[in-house]
Amino acid sequence: MAEENVVRTRGVKKVFIMGNVALEALKGINLEIKRGEYISIMGPSGSGKSTLFNMIGGLDKPTEGKVYIDEVDVAQLDAYELAWLRCRKIGYIFQTFNLIPVMTALENVTLPMTFAGISTDESIDKGVRLLTMVGLGDRIQHKPIELSGGQQQRVAVARALANDPAIVLADEPTGNLDLKTGKEIIDLLRKMNKEKEVTIISATHDLKMLDVSDRVFWIRDGKVERVERRADLDLNIGTVEGE
Amino acid sequence: MTHQKEKIGKQVVLPLSKAVEISVKSIKTRLGRSMITASGIVLAIAFLMSIFMSGSINKALLEKGSAEVRVQLQNIGGEEQVKQIWLVVLSLLVCVVGIANAMLMSVTERYKEIGTMKCLGALDRFVIKLFLLESGFMGLFGSIAGALLGGFLITIVSSINYGLEVITKFPIVGFLYYFVIAVILGTVLSIVGAIYPAYTAARMVPADAMRSEI
Repeated sequence: MAEENVVRTRGVKKVFIMGNVALEALKGINLEIKRGEYISIMGPSGSGKSTLFNMIGGLDKPTEGKVYIDEVDVAQLDAYELAWLRCRKIGYIFQTFNLIPVMTALENVTLPMTFAGISTDESIDKGVRLLTMVGLGDRIQHKPIELSGGQQQRVAVARALANDPAIVLADEPTGNLDLKTGKEIIDLLRKMNKEKEVTIISATHDLKMLDVSDRVFWIRDGKVERVERRADLDLNIGTVEGE
Repeated sequence: MTHQKEKIGKQVVLPLSKAVEISVKSIKTRLGRSMITASGIVLAIAFLMSIFMSGSINKALLEKGSAEVRVQLQNIGGEEQVKQIWLVVLSLLVCVVGIANAMLMSVTERYKEIGTMKCLGALDRFVIKLFLLESGFMGLFGSIAGALLGGFLITIVSSINYGLEVITKFPIVGFLYYFVIAVILGTVLSIVGAIYPAYTAARMVPADAMRSEI
């Protein structure tokens, strides 16, 4: 079970056509991610990490190569199956939180459960449980605008976990947060990773992430430059960047 | 494979009651914006209703009114009516274009929201459903308000022209009949105006929707 690949990519390439220029954002990515791992994808802006993130999340299709999620080729899925995959298998967390502004925290968390066909009562129960777990038990009826950035991101974490996904994909989850709140979100993600055994894949250039990651993929110019295990990392970087 | 596909399709759902709840909430939260959009419908339907009702009131007066009023009415020619139909058609066209425009704006404004919903597992048709419902509700409330407004104003104008007889001989059946027609027409036109924007919204690739910084 532990050795199962939850995400596997084979020679993934992505070309963006901009006017007459073809821009190769990904130049053949091969990676394997095991169930329950905490992965960071690191790289400077423009390195292709967001593009890779979108490929893994089934948000965009590769120009060439294959992406397998739970050993299913994403390219073979039709619109229904893709929606199902996004609804049940993957939870998303974004840099800009992306809560639905007209809904309360609780409604934001229950929305994916509604899509999954779970009854209203059951989804409210679970929504309250999840929000309590991320430390927002007393704020369930607040609209996103009434919450701080860190609190909004906590709602987003609760929402990502709503349908017990196999993978949580986080795109720069700490990018819009200050140092302390960012650290709290990272700790929360790590806690979820341990308790719920959910695989966490996070695209980031926040060095605080290194402390908690099992493995780090360094991306540069659309290629995996190197892969490091936590044991091999030079943790001094983390302390300089940290408190 | 086909069987499996059906099963999966059924596992991603948006019940109508929930869709109604979301779209009503969305209208309420953007009340100012929704009212501007709806005012286009209110005005067009009020205009339509006033023309319907002026015909209906004239007919009632011709049948049951006093001799004096009948003479007054017989002097109005049929030419006027042709012109009025043109005006109605034009005003309804402007109304549909206005709604399509407002809904397109609302789509652009909500790229991110739509992208987020798609990431959470929304199918294209959920997005279409939400936008059409939203526009349908605005059309329904706008037309009700417009029909009442138009009916009320034309009654006042007719009373000024032909005296209080208009009130005593008021064609209540005619009013109800045209009220229903105007409300249905207004609602249908609002939905028609929202089809293209809703379709544009639904077709977006989530990754593109998320990329847009607005």
